[in-house]
Amino acid sequence: RIMAGKVKWVTDIEKSVLINNFEKRGWIQVAENEDWNFYWMSVQTIRNVFSVETGYRLSDDQIVNHFPNHYELTRKDLMVKNIKRYRKELEKEGSPLAEKDENGKYIYLDFVPVTFMLPADYNLFVEEFRKNPSSTWIMKPCGKAQGKGIFLINKLSQIKKWSRDSKTSSFVSQSSKEAYVISLYINNPLLIGGKKFDLRLYVLVSTYRPLRCYMYKLGFCRFCTVKYTPSTSELDNMFVHLTNVAIQKHGDDYNHIHGGKWTVSNLRLYLESTRGKEVTNKLFDEIHWIIVQSLKAVAPVMNNDKHCFECYGYDIIIDDKLKPWLIEVNASPSLTSSTANDRILKYNLINDTLNIAVPNGEIPDCKWNKSPPKEVLGNYEVLYDEEMAQSDGSDRDLRSRSGQSSGVKGNRARDSGKPVLTTWK
Amino acid sequence: VSLHNPEIKLESLKEDIKDFLKTSGWEKKLQNAVYSELNVFPSPCHPSAPPEHMKEPLAYMRKAQGSWEKRILKSLNSMCTELSIPLAQKRPVSEQKELLNKWNEMGTDEPDLSLFRPVYAPKDFLEVLMNLRNPNYENGEQPSFRNHLGLIQVPLKVKDIPELKEDFSELGLNIGQLGIDDSAQVPPEFFENEHVRIGQKVLAEQDSAAAQQYVRQGCPTALRADLWALILNISNQPEDILYYEQLKSNVIQHDLLVDSLIYKDVKLTASNDDYYFVFEDYLYQVLLCFSRDTSVLEHFTYSSATPPKSYIRGKLGMEEYAVFYPPNGVIPFHGFSMYVAPLCFLYHEPSKLYQIFREMYVRFFFRLHSISSHPSGIVSLCLLFETLLQTHLPQLFYHLREIGAQPLRISFKWMVRAFSGYLATDQLLLLWDRILGYNSLEILAVLAAAVFAFRAVNLMEVTSLAAAEAVLADLSTLKVMPLLQIFLFATVT
Repeated sequence: RIMAGKVKWVTDIEKSVLINNFEKRGWIQVAENEDWNFYWMSVQTIRNVFSVETGYRLSDDQIVNHFPNHYELTRKDLMVKNIKRYRKELEKEGSPLAEKDENGKYIYLDFVPVTFMLPADYNLFVEEFRKNPSSTWIMKPCGKAQGKGIFLINKLSQIKKWSRDSKTSSFVSQSSKEAYVISLYINNPLLIGGKKFDLRLYVLVSTYRPLRCYMYKLGFCRFCTVKYTPSTSELDNMFVHLTNVAIQKHGDDYNHIHGGKWTVSNLRLYLESTRGKEVTNKLFDEIHWIIVQSLKAVAPVMNNDKHCFECYGYDIIIDDKLKPWLIEVNASPSLTSSTANDRILKYNLINDTLNIAVPNGEIPDCKWNKSPPKEVLGNYEVLYDEEMAQSDGSDRDLRSRSGQSSGVKGNRARDSGKPVLTTWK
Repeated sequence: VSLHNPEIKLESLKEDIKDFLKTSGWEKKLQNAVYSELNVFPSPCHPSAPPEHMKEPLAYMRKAQGSWEKRILKSLNSMCTELSIPLAQKRPVSEQKELLNKWNEMGTDEPDLSLFRPVYAPKDFLEVLMNLRNPNYENGEQPSFRNHLGLIQVPLKVKDIPELKEDFSELGLNIGQLGIDDSAQVPPEFFENEHVRIGQKVLAEQDSAAAQQYVRQGCPTALRADLWALILNISNQPEDILYYEQLKSNVIQHDLLVDSLIYKDVKLTASNDDYYFVFEDYLYQVLLCFSRDTSVLEHFTYSSATPPKSYIRGKLGMEEYAVFYPPNGVIPFHGFSMYVAPLCFLYHEPSKLYQIFREMYVRFFFRLHSISSHPSGIVSLCLLFETLLQTHLPQLFYHLREIGAQPLRISFKWMVRAFSGYLATDQLLLLWDRILGYNSLEILAVLAAAVFAFRAVNLMEVTSLAAAEAVLADLSTLKVMPLLQIFLFATVT
């Protein structure tokens, strides 16, 4: 392959962390209608590129940063749907992963809070609600991000309008703007310093079949600036409940030095010091597990287009029993920086992502085997490599050590107690 | 096991009690308590020595401390008068109720603190230390190669590297350390696994002395909280919890002027810190109680400091109406809350957190802001730092001095805060492991010198104090144990 010349890039997201990374590689900026090799696009643009009407054909030397139907994972309702389908399939196969406990709950695959689609599943939701009438639920619009349109309810009357339009069809409603998901609200989150927080982790997927994904070691915790109280009078105070930075930024106590963020290594230090090493390791193992399972759940339906890679923002909440819950997956994690540390983190994130997705910074050839050498991973660690898992030996690479601040350790005891070794393969 | 045993005879009572103490664990507890006292209290001195010698044997140091205290108190009183706020007053009932409700989230309170200023900052204290002179010592006005080139001009004895190597022998190159030999590249079978196993054994035995020896090689993160509690002899008994609750009710009932100083300090320091902002509310819960804890007054018997006295309104000078102010005798300064902040990573239960902090304060931290000749006192630490630097990096020392960047001006704040807020938390905890292990703060001075040694190349290039500050502004990426080990054991002298 004698492709001389620099990579030509386009983006429709004007963020310095992106542009600085392109420029430092000596790549050349071009316009969308010119010949380009690399397009970092917004989710709106990816819709157009791969829509049937435009007949866009990507050539071998063109790469984009989204999979065509990423929404199977990143839309809240579809994510839940795919995970439910995946579990049912495993159950049908008699897989040990789908084992249930005496209450009928999946032992290994119960990582998404009980969720229903509205208005489609309204009646099913009511049935569940009545089992626990004092529970709190969180309503999220399917198509929005940054915490927009989210509210909490603890009375059926608060969502009456979704019952009137109730459809019995299981298709997503026509105007996807009106569709909501309603999930059981985790009202016993792990609190640190009395504050609620969630985890933002970055996961890079280079291919779905075979699944190859990487976890960024430098994830962070986002703390609510206001004290968490489960009291019902605070339901309307979104500062208490939502940890999205976009929302927290407008609270009175938002701090522009640390932005209410903690590194994952701080979290690990705190948990090891106050709870012990075993339970902390178990927590981080479970977090890696649920991420991989969520990717496996959507892998069969994903359009595994070879021109694509994607960097997801995973939002996870840990409850006070140290169980992690997957809240949602973002296709376009925010590249805005709220603090200086943030800017550095995101700059490095893009840098490491590009090093993996565009090997050697040269004009890409999407036919390559998508197996980058270990040296270019930067702050990424292999989370799961299906090809390696199916070949012999090296199950060492399958388990990420990304929770530990000191990086990969070769032989940490696998004592999480689940039959994970056999199933990873 | 019980002594309610009809077979116990009077003849064997003494032996039976001894056995009982052993098997019930009380012998160990007594040993730990005695060991604790030995660590904290100075060795008995000459029977004719007056009590102030136990506080501070050197007269000129006592005098200097007294003047400093007068200054601080004057500053506090004038702030009081300026703002027309009493030093202490009882809270109206409605305010008490409000504070009780808000106890767990005092951080959300936004009182107007703009008129309050910290009573003093570390750099004010440094100025005082720089002017310390021993009247019995002929210094000569011109600093020469025979004299000390630094800011501290008192002739205290400090250790040199050979002595430090002996004292800190467990930090040697051929001895396993956490902070070095537990890094990702080192297989845990080499050192880490065995060290953890021994740590668990030490905890099972509940032996303070063994714990103190053990932590010299660092604490495994999962064992640290318990090991420190064992060394500091904190067991969080019901009576301790009750005592803390009593302090809490004192806070609710009475408002102190120092409370505002504490609020301001937390807001200025910990709230802006990447690691500690999460624990803001815990800091109020600890420090407000600390101010009211009269048991802290006991440490003044072996501290060179004396608690400030204040008088009930209108009774100035009348001893029957004198009270210590604040009740614990400690006036907080800018950065004080950073002594507590790192502990929040280890203890999430307020009363235990409180007791650990209090014990750390009366054992160690008080020495960092009082004038004394003690080897772990800030004056000795400054002199130790400067001497190490002048002896082992003379070119660097001279260069910095020439450009008006006396090294102590930069490192002073690190030592006064025991490096809290300057190092990454995991590194800070490894450092404090050794403070507890060696029962000494000298390691702070050694680390400060090691940091300068590490950045010596860059520092030789700078031409101003500001530039030197910039080179040393960010210590958050430093690994403490390798720096210490290299400086003590691997530097050619």
